[in-house]
Amino acid sequence: MTDTDDADPSSDDPVFEAAVYADGTVSYPPHPVGPNGAERTGTVDLREREARVVTWTTSTATPPGVREPNTLAIVEFALDDADGPPVRALGQVTAAGDGSDAEAVDVAIGDRVEPVYADELRKPGAGIREPESQAWDGFRFRPVE
Amino acid sequence: MERVAIIGASMTQFGQRDAWVRELLAEAGAAALDDAGIDGGDLDHLYVSNMASGEFEGQTGVPNALAHDLAATPAYTARIDQTSSSGGAGVYAAWQSVASGASDLTMLVGGEKMTHRSTAEATDVIASLTHPVEYKHGVTLPSFAGLTARLYLDTYDAPRESLGKVAVKNHANGVDNPHAQFRKRVDLDTVLESPMVADPLRLYDFCPITDGSAALVFCPADVAETHVDGDDYAVISGIGGATDTHVVHERPDPTTMGGVADSSAVAYEMADVGPDDIDVAELHDMFTILEFLQSEDLGFFEKGEGWRAVEAGVTDRDGELPINTSGGLKSKGHPLGASGVAQVYEIYSQVTGDAGPRQVDADVGLACNVGGFGNCVTTTILEESA
Repeated sequence: MTDTDDADPSSDDPVFEAAVYADGTVSYPPHPVGPNGAERTGTVDLREREARVVTWTTSTATPPGVREPNTLAIVEFALDDADGPPVRALGQVTAAGDGSDAEAVDVAIGDRVEPVYADELRKPGAGIREPESQAWDGFRFRPVE
Repeated sequence: MERVAIIGASMTQFGQRDAWVRELLAEAGAAALDDAGIDGGDLDHLYVSNMASGEFEGQTGVPNALAHDLAATPAYTARIDQTSSSGGAGVYAAWQSVASGASDLTMLVGGEKMTHRSTAEATDVIASLTHPVEYKHGVTLPSFAGLTARLYLDTYDAPRESLGKVAVKNHANGVDNPHAQFRKRVDLDTVLESPMVADPLRLYDFCPITDGSAALVFCPADVAETHVDGDDYAVISGIGGATDTHVVHERPDPTTMGGVADSSAVAYEMADVGPDDIDVAELHDMFTILEFLQSEDLGFFEKGEGWRAVEAGVTDRDGELPINTSGGLKSKGHPLGASGVAQVYEIYSQVTGDAGPRQVDADVGLACNVGGFGNCVTTTILEESA
């Protein structure tokens, strides 16, 4: 996996980009250097990969612009050829096939999930953060039957 | 390197206050100066621990404002922001200023004004410390706590009730703290039946939103008795600060707070003590689960065993290792920038024998102040002066 870049730059499809570093480690989100200080050498798209739920919560007291309730999970991707710690992500959980909002979602530790794209995870400008300072689209996680 | 003493301390009433941040800081600062028997003009350095006065009330430049209000000009001033661990980071900065010889008298005042904001707004101000990939999903500090609590309970086969017992214990301790926001006992049923906030954690697993301030005065230990009596000061025998990942899910084990382990290792080595030598501790129980994690990562208990210590009463005020005799953030309240200062205030009170009805038998005490969800940590060890 090191020294590769599997995101297609010619595609307009959203990517779930993790960074690959020279020592074989992978991180999401990408950083300028890896967890051990190794230089960044490529990316891997997590969009088509399954993950397993490490833990989850449903928050019933959400900040401005966030759906309520908000089920969140830390998930772990299986990247067989990566070195170092497993690649994890934290995100909203959805039961909807198109990634749209849903009520609290039934999920459990160990469940398999897949990324589902959503064009707006949280209403920009409703909270304290400057809307132009970051992206607001991304990937939710949908349980796989 | 100079050994550093704390010769004065104060804290305001914590809770919902009419005062704004400038007034809160001045209240605690004036009281600490009085406690140390000095004037503002005696200070070489004046630090203010504060996370977000600009975001909460549109007041920036608070160290300069405080120096003017306390007639402390021309003391060097600086604001210390390390989110919820701003207080601990301020203790570190104040210790450093005296230990290095740059200052012969330093005062640290921590404070925050929060309660004029709604819970959702205050939660969002605090959540603004998160990475963009976390923030856009609506991640909050309470949701980190829910995620971690579920994993901890599952991994270590701990009963949900054990978390509730942290809240019961700390509320009982807070009854005897006149500065605490809540001075009311709660029973386990009340905790376990309170509204769900971040499954599996409920309302009573969380600290409140709080206004308040606390202050400490520092000087070289070898001149402490020129300011106060010999039994009225404490010595900082060890202090360490450390940082963990910004992105919480990137940590190898979400139930381990690496910053707590790293900062305490430095503090223990400096003080030439170990976890078994600590007589009393103030931990950053912003959420009940954090008391388990810190008590383990400080080395008080084996990994996954912290909950058993609470169940067995080990951490009760009359237990082998009293934890959060002040009531903790859980009962005392959590005015962000003040909390780390108030933790050291409690340990100072304990090792100088001035803790009143909360007093335990303590020669050596430890305070662990955590920012973010373990993102930044300062561990401070105090010893009695004798």
